[in-house]
Amino acid sequence: MGLLSKKDSKLILDPLADNNPITIQVLGICSALAITAQLKPSIVMAISVLFVMGVGNIVISLMRNIIPSKIRIIVQLVVVATLVIIVDQVLKAFAYELSKELSVFIGLIITNCIIMGRFEAFALGNGVWRSFLDGIGNAAGYGVILIIVGFFRELLGSGTLFGFKVLGDPVAKTGLYAIGYENNGFMVLPPMALIVVGIIIWVQRSKNKDLIEEN
Amino acid sequence: MEHLELFFKSVFVDNMVFAYFLGMCSYLAVSKKVSTAVGLGAAVIFVLTVTVPINWLLDQYILQEGALTWLGPEYATYDLSFLSFILFIATIATMVQLVEIIVEKFSPSLYNSLGIFLPLIAVNCAILGGSLFMQSREIASFGLALNYGFSSGIGWFLAILAIAAIREKIRYSNVPAPLRGLGITFIITGLMAIGFMSFGGMLTGGDEETPSLDSQPENIGMELPKENTEETTETATVSSTITAQ
Repeated sequence: MGLLSKKDSKLILDPLADNNPITIQVLGICSALAITAQLKPSIVMAISVLFVMGVGNIVISLMRNIIPSKIRIIVQLVVVATLVIIVDQVLKAFAYELSKELSVFIGLIITNCIIMGRFEAFALGNGVWRSFLDGIGNAAGYGVILIIVGFFRELLGSGTLFGFKVLGDPVAKTGLYAIGYENNGFMVLPPMALIVVGIIIWVQRSKNKDLIEEN
Repeated sequence: MEHLELFFKSVFVDNMVFAYFLGMCSYLAVSKKVSTAVGLGAAVIFVLTVTVPINWLLDQYILQEGALTWLGPEYATYDLSFLSFILFIATIATMVQLVEIIVEKFSPSLYNSLGIFLPLIAVNCAILGGSLFMQSREIASFGLALNYGFSSGIGWFLAILAIAAIREKIRYSNVPAPLRGLGITFIITGLMAIGFMSFGGMLTGGDEETPSLDSQPENIGMELPKENTEETTETATVSSTITAQ
């Protein structure tokens, strides 16, 4: 990578796997799981968070020397809230159906722990470019998990991807359904999001033994 | 009756953790010991009970379309609802600061054990989620808003108490190494959520689409005879305990 030094590219790549915000740092699960029943809202959510984190980290990093440390949480919340209002209004204007579907969960990006966590841990102490990369990296790590969960839940739960019937038509019994395959309606229900994430954690930690916790 | 219905609905059917995954970060991080879990749960109940009614007042008299009519007829067409995120979060941040000061003064041991998670209540999704759901469900009166805040707090408290107790026990079990800690907690929470789904039929008349809150008329549950409701609760509790074990 010519554009990024080794240290900088580590900032982006680390959160994608070994330091993933969801599966390792346990941040930002709050607004993530409820919207992963389908792939499309998952991707929209991932992009929204990417935008908020990238821009938010830049803003906080620019202001890091003038924010009094006592009121920094309120300052951070105001910055995030402003960005989230922008995302919310854009979605309402250009993708109204989707914004109805995501309902309060767009608003809950404000309280997404990843964002506050990265502001606190990184943007307050680092330069603009590095903070931006860190924001993008962590948001991407978050987005990857959302998309994996959304992919499996939509594929196994409704037999579709982005609403296209990839496995055939369950009513007309074509494709896989012709040989007796059934959708697992359970995957669409909220509890399965937790179990799918649990399985992702399981797979990831069996691959990388260093991540295993003591108890 | 209206209050009782809202109470049970918020505690069990629309449980913050199990139905909407709100406040998961602190739920997972602070649930290693029952005593800390109780402290955080109590703080969440308190903050929710205070912030939801305050935000209800803000919503009714400042944010909603036509809410500014009290200023004069020329303000009647103003719709400031796009400001609700920022106004709600400001209220919440202020209240959390207040709680932090009070807890530090009166219970230093609780303050120490809660550590970083007390300021993080401000970014606990359950708190903001409470206010946003209050807005999107168009809760009708101040009393109901107070009730809603309190009962969702109770629901969250129950959830974190249950998971903390289970995690204390599970320390002695032989969990597969890669699942230890976070992984198994996720899966247990999933199973508990499945258990809590059985409350779904309690007040809504078995409606499948509990996540789309707006479509459900409020008074369906009123028609259920009372004994019937209690029976469902009982069986559901049993089944959720079984799942939890």
